[in-house]
Amino acid sequence: MTTIQRLRANSSWKALGGFAIAAIVLFVLAPAVLTDFRLSLLAKFLCFAIVAVGIGLAWGRGGMLTLGQGVFFGIGAYIMAMHLQLADAAKTHEAVPEFMTIAGVDRLPSYWQPFASAPVALLAILVLPAAIAAVLGFGVFKRRVKGAYFAILSQALAAALAILLTGQQTIGGFTGLSDFHAFFGFRLDDPVNRRMLFFIAAATLLIVVAVARQLMRSRYGELLVAVRDQEERVRFLGYDPANIKIVAYVVAAFFAGIAGALFTPIVGIISPADIGVVPSIAFLIGVAIGGRTTLLGPVLGAVGVAWAQTTFSEHFPSAWTYFQGALFIVVVGFIPAGLAGFGPMARQLLERLRPARTDLPAITEPAEA
Amino acid sequence: MDVLVGQLFTGLSLGSILLLAALGLSLTFGQMGVINMAHGEFIMAGCYTTYVVEQLISATGVALIVSLFVGFLVGGLLGAALEMGLIRWMYDRPLDTLLVTFGVGLVLQQAVRDIFGAPAKNVVAPHWLTGGLTIAGTVVPKTRIFIMVLAVAAVIALAAALETTPLGRRIRAVVQNRSLAETSGVSSRLTDVSTFFIGSGLAAVAGVALTLIGSTSPTIGQSYLVDAFLVVVIGGLGQIKGTVIAAFAMGLLNSFVEYSTTATVAKVIVFIVVVIFLQARPQGLFTVRTRSLA
Repeated sequence: MTTIQRLRANSSWKALGGFAIAAIVLFVLAPAVLTDFRLSLLAKFLCFAIVAVGIGLAWGRGGMLTLGQGVFFGIGAYIMAMHLQLADAAKTHEAVPEFMTIAGVDRLPSYWQPFASAPVALLAILVLPAAIAAVLGFGVFKRRVKGAYFAILSQALAAALAILLTGQQTIGGFTGLSDFHAFFGFRLDDPVNRRMLFFIAAATLLIVVAVARQLMRSRYGELLVAVRDQEERVRFLGYDPANIKIVAYVVAAFFAGIAGALFTPIVGIISPADIGVVPSIAFLIGVAIGGRTTLLGPVLGAVGVAWAQTTFSEHFPSAWTYFQGALFIVVVGFIPAGLAGFGPMARQLLERLRPARTDLPAITEPAEA
Repeated sequence: MDVLVGQLFTGLSLGSILLLAALGLSLTFGQMGVINMAHGEFIMAGCYTTYVVEQLISATGVALIVSLFVGFLVGGLLGAALEMGLIRWMYDRPLDTLLVTFGVGLVLQQAVRDIFGAPAKNVVAPHWLTGGLTIAGTVVPKTRIFIMVLAVAAVIALAAALETTPLGRRIRAVVQNRSLAETSGVSSRLTDVSTFFIGSGLAAVAGVALTLIGSTSPTIGQSYLVDAFLVVVIGGLGQIKGTVIAAFAMGLLNSFVEYSTTATVAKVIVFIVVVIFLQARPQGLFTVRTRSLA
């Protein structure tokens, strides 16, 4: 066995152990310790963590700074919201959801109609964000538009969608969609069903992390990092960097769409304020704090930041904004590797104390794209 | 015909606003390669400067003119402070400057909210800007004309400063070849700070102009920032000529699409057109070799 193989075998046991611990924490410990309210809050944080895994892949591994994950999150969330509204309306034999009746709309707009069917809605949640990301990614990466240009375009997309949704009264406008009664037939005011939602979110997060881990460790994952660090060289080796980037961007969008779809029933409301430019960029801070290039960093960072935000802003709403701003400045500016960067740093220190070992590659900071 | 002229003026006036907002960015983003997300907050600083100056000087006509100069100074100082405090450490990481300056923007926004309160403030336009002029059968508000004149003046002043002054020569030299400029005795540090001063000052001037057409709130800068970035991207980096054309093109496109559909759909269509445009010219309308971006 070569050193690399040994390391791989070793780390897959570690990974299995890690998964087991995470599963125990999420499925046994959390439900036992937390109140129903806190558990529901944690479920919401897990949704952000799912988005963060995708951002870790696209930004940390692929070097694509996506400022518009709120778009894909929003598409998933709004489709789910529309389906839940229609399902509620169908139960009471109304032609249109309640908020439309109040607004004086008595015919269902055509773009709502497909989402009355659960399979169509679920399929759309899985396919639509990925498809939009594929189209934008194709348009952008194939033309070798990158770096700052891509960041600005993804941001503009988030702004455009938020403005579009705010202006459309038939999709709730500025206030968004809320007041869902049931989730695929299960009443949402029943605590047992809300627990179920938490378990669904937890299971989804574990699956998403496992998928991301497989991707990162595969040949594809190595190519992605190679594109981030030396795009031209990868092109000279005969690969098309555009395709590699598109895949990572599409996967990130796919994760964000699923997260959005879970967010809607868990939180009970989705509005343009949740998906615009600022929340889209705010998704990044958890990823940056946890460590953008790692697998678990984004997850822990996202949950940590969301938890801190809830705790802080309950008591000092204005202080949180200062704190968030300071986090962006300090973490991105001065500790770009995030908290995960302290691990290798400590290990390096220990290595230095021990006799030198030559069979391990040096742990270096990846260059920024 | 009247409708056409009316939409034309709306487009030109929107274009002037975009131009004012984007002009500073074409310096800091286009020439320096720094993605300054706090640019929107510098615009906002210009708005609040106007509000404060108007509280101090009750003659609104004088207050507006004074605000233009004070605003430029306030924005410029904020920008210079940002450059010296943070950005100077990060010239090799343009994408990270984006997030760091976003953090600065959040802090500035909240600071303004805490000082002035969240509700929007109104600035009274001076009496010589009330009413409108009739041009080709359409009534055009005088404030709009003032903004157009201001935008044109700002472009001419900036272009003249870059072309003729020693500072402008230094800025161009540093942008084109930093190390050669340094060996020729140009202080690149001082030039970087000055470039930021001018770019951020122009953002605040845009803010002063914005107070004439709407009320001022802590988030006002954000609503113009995305458009301003798009203008610079379409125009081509570091090109004032490109920025001017792109700003008016976007303004006109927006106003004509908006007339046939709605304001929100227009925003989305403009975005789609921008993406399609970049297919044809990924580097923008005009390009020049500069320090490459990412």
